[in-house]
Amino acid sequence: MSRRLWLLLLPLGFLLVALFLYQRLQHDPSARDSALMAREFPTFEATTLHDEGSLVDQTLLHGEVSLVNVWGEWCPACKQEMPQLLALADQGIRMVGVNYRDTREKGVHFLNEFGDPFEVNIFDPDGRLGFDLGVYGAPETFLVDADGIIRYHHKGDISPQDVAERILPEVAKWR
Amino acid sequence: MTPKRRQKLAVILGALALAAVAVGLTLYALRANINLFYSPVQIALGDAPIERAIRAGGMVKEGSVVRDPQSLDVEFLVTDYVDELAVAYNGILPDLFREGQGVVVVGKLSTDGRFIADKVLARHDENYMPPEVSQALEDAGYSPADYQDQPVEAAKRE
Amino acid sequence: MLVKLIPELGHFALIIALLMAVLQGVMPLAGAATRRPLWMAYGHPMATGQFLFIAVAYVCLTASYALDDFSVANVANNSNSLLPWYYKLSAVWGNHEGSVLLWSLMLAGWGYAASRFSGGLPRDMVARVQGVMGLISVGFLLFILLTSNPFERLLPNVPHDGADLNPLLQDIGLIVHPPMLYMGYVGFSVVFAFAIAALLGGRLDAAWTRWARPWTNSAWAFLTVGIALGSWWAYYELGWGGWWFWDPVENASLLPWLTGTALIHSLAVTEKRGSFKSWTVLLAIFTFSLSLLGTFLVRSGVLTSVHAFANDPSRGLFILVLLTITVTLSLLIFALRAPRVSHHVSFSWLSRDSLLLINNILLVIMTVTILLGTLYPLILDSLNLGKISVGPPYFNALFVPLTVVMCLFMGLGPVARWKSMPASELRRKLWLAGVAALVLGMVLPLIYTGEWNLWASLGIVAALWIVLPIGKDMWDKTRHGSSRLAGLRKLSLAYWGMVLGHVGIAVTIIGVAVVSNYATERTVRMAPGTELDVAGYQFTLRELKSRRGANFMADTAVIQVRNIESGRGFIMRPEKRFYLATGMPMTQVALRPGLFRDIYVAMGEDLEDGSWAMRIQYKPFVRWLWLGGLLMALGGILAIVDKRYRRTRTADRADVARSPKTQEAVL
Repeated sequence: MSRRLWLLLLPLGFLLVALFLYQRLQHDPSARDSALMAREFPTFEATTLHDEGSLVDQTLLHGEVSLVNVWGEWCPACKQEMPQLLALADQGIRMVGVNYRDTREKGVHFLNEFGDPFEVNIFDPDGRLGFDLGVYGAPETFLVDADGIIRYHHKGDISPQDVAERILPEVAKWR
Repeated sequence: MTPKRRQKLAVILGALALAAVAVGLTLYALRANINLFYSPVQIALGDAPIERAIRAGGMVKEGSVVRDPQSLDVEFLVTDYVDELAVAYNGILPDLFREGQGVVVVGKLSTDGRFIADKVLARHDENYMPPEVSQALEDAGYSPADYQDQPVEAAKRE
Repeated sequence: MLVKLIPELGHFALIIALLMAVLQGVMPLAGAATRRPLWMAYGHPMATGQFLFIAVAYVCLTASYALDDFSVANVANNSNSLLPWYYKLSAVWGNHEGSVLLWSLMLAGWGYAASRFSGGLPRDMVARVQGVMGLISVGFLLFILLTSNPFERLLPNVPHDGADLNPLLQDIGLIVHPPMLYMGYVGFSVVFAFAIAALLGGRLDAAWTRWARPWTNSAWAFLTVGIALGSWWAYYELGWGGWWFWDPVENASLLPWLTGTALIHSLAVTEKRGSFKSWTVLLAIFTFSLSLLGTFLVRSGVLTSVHAFANDPSRGLFILVLLTITVTLSLLIFALRAPRVSHHVSFSWLSRDSLLLINNILLVIMTVTILLGTLYPLILDSLNLGKISVGPPYFNALFVPLTVVMCLFMGLGPVARWKSMPASELRRKLWLAGVAALVLGMVLPLIYTGEWNLWASLGIVAALWIVLPIGKDMWDKTRHGSSRLAGLRKLSLAYWGMVLGHVGIAVTIIGVAVVSNYATERTVRMAPGTELDVAGYQFTLRELKSRRGANFMADTAVIQVRNIESGRGFIMRPEKRFYLATGMPMTQVALRPGLFRDIYVAMGEDLEDGSWAMRIQYKPFVRWLWLGGLLMALGGILAIVDKRYRRTRTADRADVARSPKTQEAVL
């Protein structure tokens, strides 16, 4: 065999490598997102934002489909999604807030300024409930069904588009 | 053979021999130093070797993280929603370690069935889930397509 | 009004740049093939224009970041109005789209430079180089415009604020590290273009290697600095105190560095001796191909890594196609055009030629082992043989012994002569250095810590074995001048480049050997008042505080550190930050750097009873790792500045009568 033919094996060999890589590309692991597991809302015991004396726990979420929104005064995107949350509350959806890593004073001030769609706000200053929920930041929103099981998890702010395309269909599905 | 050709032959043979040694060493090193991945189901079935470096992964079960108040010992359960694996670790958990989130642990399975971890890896951004974990969850019947049909069962099993 | 059009301007500039790149890719190559000077003359103006227009596009994107134009999706996803201005500018390349744009800008910049500074080269050679650079540019510009357009708008729902830059990237190390790395990757495209041009033109003589050497050196110097900065960044930013993780992204940058190092040496042999011609061309192709392969592996999501950008399969496919076309086509050209009968230049076993051959073989073996280790999990998974990961033990098990063998030969190389030399001469030159390296290597660690360690000793012996023979060589070389200083001045810059390059490696090896074997790490639970002794320092946690930064909240530990021997003390303030917009926690390490030791304190996690888990580390000689990298890069740059390479007259090729001084072997 001449040397030239041997050399031609080089590009052919690389083509094989490329084929292999192509096959791997189809396996892209990050294309899946199984992080959205159905699971029970974690157990907790906390005071509410407006009332230091009152205690609430996970049974708060039983009996009715609720949207649990994790927010904080420090979070710019939370201001942006407020109109959407108010609209959702107007449509009769039960909204529960988790005031995350915030102070009472600042949280209340925020609601006075931007509106308050929440039936009740769970006060979570040290981020304990947020940790148990697996939250990385705010805003994040959980759809919890009447049995207290998380059915949907929305990361980031809710845009008007999200309301129509994701939130409302999910709420309808689990009601 | 001319001296030139002989030299060329020697060069080629030498290079081949070196390459062969290198490939042999590489394969040996690969055999000795790879960590196979096992899911909690596989470990519960006894598929995983005891006292050998392996990796395992799944979701950190909610409410299962227990810290020793004196030391940096910590224990938690890793679940694929079918079986659970008790993990013991000493040290600092990664910043992104969360209950209810994917995690990969590297270490050895002890004879009492606990996993002694030397390393705990959590996902590093919200788009990332360790590929083995999502595969293991999928194998356990929780592919994204059908998880919504099974959640009640999942919750019951917990 | 015009301000609102900036993104469109940038987009438009990119399209014009693409058209110019197409012309640059087609006309000069066709002109060189058909011998039409007019067609070949397209090359330089198009290379210039392309560079200008990509620069305009880049400035437009930067302006969108600076002006907080959140209607641009790229800005909205990666910036925030609270971000300090310097991070706004660096956020441009802290994401996939922007980094590809920066990549293309650099490619065009290298293409322009290659075109601008090749005045003295044969016209068809220059035209072919310009053509190949143009074609590569076409590939990347298409990639941007089709899959990764940074100017895409979010209309009509413009977000009020951006999602913020990943806090890991809000850091000085990340402002400088990626551009350096990209300059290195992309720089190898010039050598690649030279190699392909030489193949196409049938000019595989020593001349093309002479022209290609400065370009290889500069790309390699950038890559070296890039890798060193990356390691430094990982060291202080990830909070674990490690400096190399054998992570796929790190490996992706190391692969072209290794073949690039081999290329620098093999270019020297081809230029000086006319041997290894085909091999050098092949290395040039491999080096650039590995740069592309690294990009593919990192961007496609095929390998998951700590550093990976969020990915998108269509992008992976595009890079794969680009990679396949580039590599297959260039290897095909190589197979068809490589010289039929290679021209033999004989050399004996004891010669610089053969030592450089060994250097090349070792570097290629290192490359292959790392590539195998990186791809092995993919291969096994494809064959359904299980999910595995290949960790640092594998890489260390192979890389460390190979490096030791490499060091053995590195001691010989610089003092050996071309073609052949008697063994007795080599022995005479080296025995003293050898004995000194062995004795000092054994004794120094004992003096330093009072505790002997085989691996540390081995590292120091290896490093001294690299440095001492060079020192002896310089001593011999400067003997004849009027004074030693005059002698030193007479040494060529290229020689100095070689010296610095090798000394740099030795410095890095010392750093690795000492820090790997003598570092101390303690992970402890600390509450205010806790006292602790680590490596001769006493650490006391004074208090825990919280503070609010520009775009984060932080828990800060105030730690009093006292040197037990000297009694001197200082305060260290490690932090755990919580970035508000992304909700990401971040460990901000407190560092007390020094030439001979670093003290490193990181906050682990809040243990919720008023105490924190802390990681305290004492890292001797860790700075030497990066110092060595800088020395290597400096060596590469010195060699470029050498007068010999600035002579671009074609007469160079027939340069038979070299002065005795420059005939001194130059690496």
